[in-house]
Amino acid sequence: MSATLETPKTPTPSAGHQKPRRDTSDRAVAENRLGLKLVAPAVVIMVIVTAYPMLRALYLSLFRYRLTAPDDKEFIGLSNYLTVLGDPLFWRDTLNTVLIMVITVSVELVIGFAFAMVMHRVIFAPGAIRTAILIPYGIITVVSAFSWQFTFSTTNGWVNSWFNWVPGIDPDLNWFGGHWTAMFAIMVSEIWKTTPFMSLLLLAGLSQVSEDMIEAAKVDGATWTQRLTKVILPNMRAAIMVAVLFRALDAFRIFDNIFVMTRGAQNTESSSFLTYRQVIEQLQLGVGSALSVLLFLTVLLLAYLITKLFRVDLAQARGEG
Amino acid sequence: MRTTRPHRAHRAGRGATERRRFLAASATLVLGATLLSACSGTADDELVWYVNPDNGGQAAIAQRCSEGKPYTIKTQQLPQDAGQQRIQLARRIAAGDTGIDLMSIDPPYTAEFANAGYLAPIPEELQAKLTEQSFDGAIKAATWNDQVVVAPLWSNTQVLWYRKSVVEGTPVGDKLAAGEPVTWDEVIDLAASKGKDVAVQANKYEGYVVWINALVSGAGGDLVSDVDQGIDATIDLDSDAGRAAAGVIAKLAKQAAPADLSIAQEGQATTTFGSDKGSFLVNWTYTWGNYDAAQPDVKKDMGYAAYPQTVAGEDPRPPYGGIGLGVSSKSEKKDWAMEAMECLVSPENQAVDAAYTGNMPASEAGYESVKAGGPEGLPQAQRDALLAYPDDLIELWKTSLDQSAPRTVTPYWSDISGAIQSTWHPASSVTEDTPAESADFIGRVLRGEDLL
Repeated sequence: MSATLETPKTPTPSAGHQKPRRDTSDRAVAENRLGLKLVAPAVVIMVIVTAYPMLRALYLSLFRYRLTAPDDKEFIGLSNYLTVLGDPLFWRDTLNTVLIMVITVSVELVIGFAFAMVMHRVIFAPGAIRTAILIPYGIITVVSAFSWQFTFSTTNGWVNSWFNWVPGIDPDLNWFGGHWTAMFAIMVSEIWKTTPFMSLLLLAGLSQVSEDMIEAAKVDGATWTQRLTKVILPNMRAAIMVAVLFRALDAFRIFDNIFVMTRGAQNTESSSFLTYRQVIEQLQLGVGSALSVLLFLTVLLLAYLITKLFRVDLAQARGEG
Repeated sequence: MRTTRPHRAHRAGRGATERRRFLAASATLVLGATLLSACSGTADDELVWYVNPDNGGQAAIAQRCSEGKPYTIKTQQLPQDAGQQRIQLARRIAAGDTGIDLMSIDPPYTAEFANAGYLAPIPEELQAKLTEQSFDGAIKAATWNDQVVVAPLWSNTQVLWYRKSVVEGTPVGDKLAAGEPVTWDEVIDLAASKGKDVAVQANKYEGYVVWINALVSGAGGDLVSDVDQGIDATIDLDSDAGRAAAGVIAKLAKQAAPADLSIAQEGQATTTFGSDKGSFLVNWTYTWGNYDAAQPDVKKDMGYAAYPQTVAGEDPRPPYGGIGLGVSSKSEKKDWAMEAMECLVSPENQAVDAAYTGNMPASEAGYESVKAGGPEGLPQAQRDALLAYPDDLIELWKTSLDQSAPRTVTPYWSDISGAIQSTWHPASSVTEDTPAESADFIGRVLRGEDLL
């Protein structure tokens, strides 16, 4: 077992010289036309609901513009970006966000994979077990944030009394009174809520791994660890990539948990929260838009880096390659 | 038969499809009409008044001012937090929402709303009437660019509440009994010497800035001046007055702070005052009725005096609060709304509101009505509530309103307030350098050089 075993790529039917001929048939042309007509409404709606606001944010970010002082609106070029990028608050919040993203996604990947294995292999009451694992994902984030806030509360929570044998935790520990403890509480809530999503995506990947290959590896004398690292994980690469990508982008935009649990106190603010405060609370449309654009670019960069890191072509992952 | 059957079936199928299409189209029409009517806002004879949450005072006067009118005033509640009230109103009016006719506005945001064109101009005659009727402080807080832009409904001020049992037999107690002013230093020293807490509002919110403004003004200073310069206004916080205010806060945080000082708002402060650790409290007028039902023993032990002096010998400048009514510039029923507003802020209705909420009137005539037990037709329970106010307390409130220092009237108040909260919170971190750092930060935030 020195080499990894991957599912052999099946030749796609559309490949080869037959393709142009098929495309030019009347039927294909008609189908294409129908296809375009069918997607047109979705494309138009997408342009209206996503492209327009994005371009508008880009435009607004070049102005000093406060909603309640429309007469003072002034074109200031890239000043808002320079202000934001030169501000320690922005970098502190970005660091918080990256920290939350890296820690939660890593923990979720491990726990999520274990859950996916359980759901995949379980023989006894599979339906009930799968449902139980998926319940947190069905709960509204705001509700879960409130319940975790109560959980960590000094007066009515159970964390302090159950875990007072852990060094550093005593009955009077105010979890939301310090930066690291508050960040810990926020991350626990985030992990509890979204691990099922991760495990669901990983389960999809797991079920695509051919049983024959695992059997073959077993016959070849591969140990359980070898089967996992040489057969299962390499064949799940696309699924893992999709899971990590989705969760990382989601985690980078974390807002609800922080809003409910700390309101950004104790320096627990994330990038989204900073943007929310500038646009919604302070009605600073210019700076707020600049922050939104930066947030969008960061998310794009993250998506690019993750796809590069896993060396997976998304189109191929969807079976279109 | 073999040919007709499928044909019939086909026709029947087509009929069913058509029926389904007809049903679907009707359903869409009905649903669309319902949604559209939901969007189009309010009924033609309805005036919608967005109020801050209270104990039913504003709803009661809305009902009084709807009687015999072609319209009904309907109240809708805004969020509890003043900042959130501002956000909701500003966003909706900026988006052209015609569903708001009247709104209750917190004084610090009046200038911002007027400057943004969210308030319909008040006719000259009504402005003159409001100016004549209201206290000077209330009109000052309601004026922007020499125009009265909101109608003062109630005016609030803070006084010093103390526990008689704590001050008894002390020099401070003697001064209080004689009606003499006391200083913050004396208040903190006495509480500290008895192992008690002084209850104030020091969470990271507007109420903390209210306290800071009162302390700075009490030392003869100002937060900001030359506000007509907009973002280039002069920041005056880096001054002896600013440092005197910082001194009081630092001392209180060190010697007589409740455990929850960093999150204390009005509610937490009244709880501290009612607890075994309670000694002194600075809080709004409604505190008087706060302990009636739950802690009658605390009520019996409760005394009141003028707001403490920041600097010995200098008159205190207590906080000014309240609510002004404004007519939305996007309202489609401005004439009715102006008429309704005039009725809602009449002195009798200010007394009715006070009877339900404990928020005192914004006019001399309103106070007279309070002393007389409110207008005819007021339920007995509310009449009793008004008559229960001691005369000397009413006089104290009126003096306090006269001396009060409203927060700077500027469209940029939320930035200034936010910058102060960022630099002065938590109270335990305040030092003599805080005013200078704070002044620098406010300037940078106003000029857009720093994020808030």
